[in-house]
Amino acid sequence: MTNIAAIFKKEFRSYFNSPIAYIFITFFLGLSSWLFFRGFFFSNQAEMRVFFVYMPWIFLFFVPAVTMKLWAEEKKIGTIEILMTLPIRDYEVVLGKFFASFALLIVTVLLSLVIPFSVMYFGDPDGGIIITGYIGLLLMGAAYLSIGLCASTLTENQIIAFILGIFTCFVLLIIGEDIVLFNAPDWLFPIFSYLGLGAHYSSILRGVLDSRDIIYYLSVIGFFLYLSTLAVESRKWR
Amino acid sequence: MIEVRELTKSYGPTVAVNSVSFDAHAGEVLGFLGPNGAGKTTTMRILTCYLAADAGSATVAGYDVFEESIEVRKRIGYLPESAPLYTDMGVLEYLNFMTQVRQLPKSQRKERIRSVIDTCGLEGVIQKDIGELSKGYRQRLGLAQSLIHDPPILILDEPTSGLDPNQIIEIRNLIRDIGQEKLVLFSTHILSEVSATCSRVLIIHNGEIVANGTPEELASQAKGEEIVHIAIRGPQAAVEAQLNELEFVSQWTHAETTDGIVAYQINATQESNAAEELFHVVVQNGWSLRELRQESADLEDVFLNLTDKEQTQVQSQQSAEQADNNHDDT
Repeated sequence: MTNIAAIFKKEFRSYFNSPIAYIFITFFLGLSSWLFFRGFFFSNQAEMRVFFVYMPWIFLFFVPAVTMKLWAEEKKIGTIEILMTLPIRDYEVVLGKFFASFALLIVTVLLSLVIPFSVMYFGDPDGGIIITGYIGLLLMGAAYLSIGLCASTLTENQIIAFILGIFTCFVLLIIGEDIVLFNAPDWLFPIFSYLGLGAHYSSILRGVLDSRDIIYYLSVIGFFLYLSTLAVESRKWR
Repeated sequence: MIEVRELTKSYGPTVAVNSVSFDAHAGEVLGFLGPNGAGKTTTMRILTCYLAADAGSATVAGYDVFEESIEVRKRIGYLPESAPLYTDMGVLEYLNFMTQVRQLPKSQRKERIRSVIDTCGLEGVIQKDIGELSKGYRQRLGLAQSLIHDPPILILDEPTSGLDPNQIIEIRNLIRDIGQEKLVLFSTHILSEVSATCSRVLIIHNGEIVANGTPEELASQAKGEEIVHIAIRGPQAAVEAQLNELEFVSQWTHAETTDGIVAYQINATQESNAAEELFHVVVQNGWSLRELRQESADLEDVFLNLTDKEQTQVQSQQSAEQADNNHDDT
């Protein structure tokens, strides 16, 4: 546990030691506020649905950017060789890095609370839906992070890690969409509709926090973190 | 403290380490010598539990590197080649991070950090970011990192590469000091480094250990003939006539003549004390001596012998195979 905490602290600070965190937060808040407020005053409705609907697509590009360096950089400059010869287990490093990126995501999402507060200023939105929406946002973001982290373990090139992360998230996001489902063969229908990252998110957005959706996201996160650990260990049996 | 038995590791078809066995004990400075790509780094990576071997076993301080790797890692300080460090961290921040992941008790952390800063001469740069450090300071910080938990075993991969001569001497002295009580295993492809620092040398070539002994032992093995360089002021013809008469001179070559000074390279039989004998000859003939220098066979000869021989063997094998193939074709 202390090991995970040490890795976590180091990685979290490193986001703020470099411009990454600031660029990420500024750009994310700017883009999401713009997309939201652009239509907000015309719609004349005090709700945040639009904000949450855009999020999977904004995250698609932002989240892999947060995780791309976590392993690729270690491999590129060779620090992985010191890191993996410390008396720490591989999964502890994976978890420490994951939690650090998740913490950055939480900070960013918390800063975006400006939006619901503005909405509350202008009208009287349904607070329950906003809260479940934010929980869904964090779950989906964490799933993206685990995918991006996994992509980063596979290469020493950050650009490749970034693209691979976007691609995997994209595929998992769209396989639950109606267009894909209608064209998929019948036997794939239930699998795709269950695996789709987006379908579970939209069901949370309706204001219902179903344990099945939570379990789904936790399993996605667990699966990709497990894959990351395997990929890190694979240096030993290659 | 380190026992390696029949260690083998290949990357695809290339065998990086081939059935390597050796022992090492506390108080030793063990030099890994070999040309680039000989398998030094791979061996070190296996010992530090970064890679796993295909076959064979290795124990460090009594723990198996595969079965009890965490215990092994606790007892090793490791500096990989070219000292990879987090460039976006500060020097103190980095050392502090290392005390945490090395699980040092909180009460000792400050003291350990201060101690490695002293040992590695980092006082001047503690406020800097690692990214601003020169190559020499990075190497020192890498060394500091490997010493922070006061490990009984230190594994250093080319610790002096990329340093200037003064820094190299500092690092060598440091290694020698540490090696008084600990086990230091370090690799290099610089020969003089080995004779300057090591109590024992392992020469690795093509993944195999081709020599194992103290630098002096290895050097004496390589000694065949003594070579003496001499420069004399005297009549050339007389000098050469005299050289021909001397029994211990097996061969001589005239190097140059300048202003009446004749210089020769003389091959003498082993243990003939050629230099002294030559001095007496010069005195007896009333000539004067300008230069008398005995070339000692050193590690370089051992190294060249061992690594060249193998190569020529391989080459001759290859040409033999080629000849066979040609034969089959016809």
